[in-house]
Amino acid sequence: MNKTVIGLEIHAQLRTDTKAFCTCRADVFDLEPNTAICPVCTGQPGTLPVLNKKVVEFAIMAGLAMNCTINKRSVFDRKNYFYPDLPKGYQITQYFFPIAENGYLYLEDGDEKRKIRIRRIHIEEDAGKMIHQGTDSITGSSGSYVDLNRCGVPLIEIVTEPDLRSPAEARVFMELLRDTVRALGVCSGDMEKGALRCDANISIVDEAGRSSNRVEVKNINSFKFVEKALEFEQERISRTLSSGGDVVKETRSWSFSSKETISMRSKEEENDYRYFPEPDLPKLIVSDDLIKRIAGNLPELPWEKIERFIRQYSLPRYDATVLSSDGNIASYFEEVAQTTHKPKESSNWIMGELMRLMNEKELSVEEVKVNPEHFKELFELIDEGKISNKIAKDIFPFIVEGRKSPMEIVKEKGLEQIDDDRVIEDALRKAMTDNPSAVEQFRDGKEGVLGYFVGAVMKATRGKANPMKVNEIARRMLKG
Amino acid sequence: MTKNPLNLRLSEIISLEDTFEFYRERISKYNNELKAFLQVSSPSDDKRGGFPYALKDNILAVGTRTTCGSRILENYESPYDATVTRRLDILGGKLLGKTNLDEFAMGSSTENSAFGPTRNPWDLERIPGGSSGGSAAAVAAGLSPFALGSDTGGSVRQPASMCGIVGFKPTYGLVSRYGLVAFASSLDQIGPMTRCSQDAADVMSMISGHDSYDSNTVRKEQSFDVSLRGYLKGLKLAVPSEMLNYPGLDSGVKERFLSIIEDLRRSGAEVEETSIPSVEYAVATYYLIAPAEASSNLARYEGIRFGPRVPSEDYESLTNKNRDIGFGKEVKRRILLGTFTLSATYYDAYYRKALKTRSVMAGELNRVLDEYDFILNPSSPVIAPKIGEITDPLTYYLMDIYTIPANVAGLPSISLPAGFVDGMPVGVLLTGRRFSDVSLLDAAKGIEDLSPSYRSGLAILPERWTE
Repeated sequence: MNKTVIGLEIHAQLRTDTKAFCTCRADVFDLEPNTAICPVCTGQPGTLPVLNKKVVEFAIMAGLAMNCTINKRSVFDRKNYFYPDLPKGYQITQYFFPIAENGYLYLEDGDEKRKIRIRRIHIEEDAGKMIHQGTDSITGSSGSYVDLNRCGVPLIEIVTEPDLRSPAEARVFMELLRDTVRALGVCSGDMEKGALRCDANISIVDEAGRSSNRVEVKNINSFKFVEKALEFEQERISRTLSSGGDVVKETRSWSFSSKETISMRSKEEENDYRYFPEPDLPKLIVSDDLIKRIAGNLPELPWEKIERFIRQYSLPRYDATVLSSDGNIASYFEEVAQTTHKPKESSNWIMGELMRLMNEKELSVEEVKVNPEHFKELFELIDEGKISNKIAKDIFPFIVEGRKSPMEIVKEKGLEQIDDDRVIEDALRKAMTDNPSAVEQFRDGKEGVLGYFVGAVMKATRGKANPMKVNEIARRMLKG
Repeated sequence: MTKNPLNLRLSEIISLEDTFEFYRERISKYNNELKAFLQVSSPSDDKRGGFPYALKDNILAVGTRTTCGSRILENYESPYDATVTRRLDILGGKLLGKTNLDEFAMGSSTENSAFGPTRNPWDLERIPGGSSGGSAAAVAAGLSPFALGSDTGGSVRQPASMCGIVGFKPTYGLVSRYGLVAFASSLDQIGPMTRCSQDAADVMSMISGHDSYDSNTVRKEQSFDVSLRGYLKGLKLAVPSEMLNYPGLDSGVKERFLSIIEDLRRSGAEVEETSIPSVEYAVATYYLIAPAEASSNLARYEGIRFGPRVPSEDYESLTNKNRDIGFGKEVKRRILLGTFTLSATYYDAYYRKALKTRSVMAGELNRVLDEYDFILNPSSPVIAPKIGEITDPLTYYLMDIYTIPANVAGLPSISLPAGFVDGMPVGVLLTGRRFSDVSLLDAAKGIEDLSPSYRSGLAILPERWTE
């Protein structure tokens, strides 16, 4: 069987307050074009970069979380190329000596863990953004605009070894990486906003061990498209190979609109970036103390949280994994579980109803108005038999919208479970009068008819009667 | 004004009421002939005390254009102040104007300026040296009490020697490069051009020191607030035989240099010839490293934000066209050279090798400086050539042999006027170990006391400009 070989190059924007080499704000996503710029990040003559310490700390955090060796001495280099979104004509990066190397992350693969090796993590700066009129690129555009806000926003580039074996695995890996950088607080992890970006290298090795040329896929901007773009490419390469064709070594771009990859350039056309050490910055020396201090303060990482949730809350691995994938949801779950003392129920409700509603209404967990006390009240109402599970689910959206507490909603809508014997007896009496032959059947020993009467009572009370009680009363009254 | 500022040290000029107009008038009178300044400040209403100064036009100052002697920056208004500019202004400095230079400081004659050459105050037919030729001519003609230049391979010291003034290149990292338009970042250093070493020390005390905008500035504090004594007795000076026997060294210049050595010995200094073999590779090393860095530093001038912005069909031809029109021949030559040597195929053969040679050379120089206090050699192998006399760029490149080693190793180095040959100034160069700047200036004072180029402690100005 053919084997798919995938390696990823991931760019993560760091959530520092200021840019990598100047004091402009780094969070520029929602800003008006060219409003977070200064002489340094717009490459004015005579300006010099000054490294933001926080960038180094964040890169070390990521390196440690991904089990890398932190290089106590790393060096910045210049990557030279011309493009209007790159005002200095070069990008400051770390080419020859990156800050972190030789790490790995474990990927859950059923019951097995697969080690995905990280080749290196290095610090670099982002480029600006361009908007072209009429086309997707500067070639053929009738007018192009450049927004330099993003220039100098700090990035780390994480390069994996070609250890991924399928498009699906690549996606899972990206999700794990997102969860990791989020847990660290170093990156928002939003692929859709470009805070996390992924270029993928894919090749296919046939049964005889012959490898196809490597194809690089760029411009992948969602987790779903990591899988889709690589599936497309896997398919395309396989087809080329089986028809005896040559796979061209090239860079292809994922087209969001046509859901296919399109050739950008062959390797021969690639830029010679003329890397050389950045003379404006001294070598980056990090002390053992700094590394130790950062290592000692690393937050809980996704895989550690999963294990703890399983241990501490006796959750199934599946629940623990889903809840841990987002730090905010995880801590929300913990609050709820600790308030209600019912971790599994809390998990069920959060993973089920809450996350469904959040998706539907595009709410974040911070925007959800339901507080842990509400869950406590809701669980109590159910436990005390005041409302059924079904009613609880029905009223949940109102709690999420934050208008009332569960109790208030139940009261207001008259949804409280009917426990009053007389009301149930009245309803039952009416049902018995309406269908005397069914009463006879029961008395002749046809126990199954009981369900009919329970149903009739539930219908008459619009589902509010306590089903246990109805059962009990029906049995007594039908016996006569 | 009772005292003539032309006869005063900088410290005295600073204490005078207002000398700005005095110098400004001299500029309006003489600059047409000299072409030292590219821009001159307007008359100042500000009659506060203070001191006038000139900046090489690759150093930014708000309210001025910073052209770098290039068409591509012809209309570039400085959006911020260089650190040196800000420091001088805070201390009462008043900018007289911006001085001419070889385009982007690439050259040794100021002939590579897009706005025409500056003339040597000692002979208008001759070059003032370069690339800080405008600053050198301005100080040598008494158009400014001092000027700042930038020195990447000798661009402060060589024009100083050709114009008969003092040019000091500090230890790399002592003066902030923020606001100096980069030529070769690992070599560039701003330095004062003055009429005596005491003035150079005084300027250094104003402009040097750690700057949070330049990561290569050092935190080591050095006080230049000193009164130089000029003590020569017991100093050990090394004269590299490779420099003394350099075939390009003019016999007249050599003779002058040897007689300075005799004077020094008579004053109690020990002068010995020694060998620094790697000096032979100085020019080759420099002309690999500097163009490589320059090719990257000048990439930003792409014709969109800077330059004439000649319209074009697409991005690539727009960049090509504007860079073609915007840059002069020498700048293009160096960009091409640097692009070539940094390319993946040739990186190991050229750039990497040059870095190795650089560290070998620095090692040899430092070893010599462990044994000797300073290295002594001529500042330039020749007196100032005539304008247009030298057309082959290599001839100029090779003339940098005496000044380049200090840049390659980041050492402080000073050129002092040391007499005349054929009526033109000759300079001697003194180079010390890193951070020996203050003692280097002190030794320089000692040489000044011996030099025929001084009167009352100040370098002589050509009579023509002092009538």
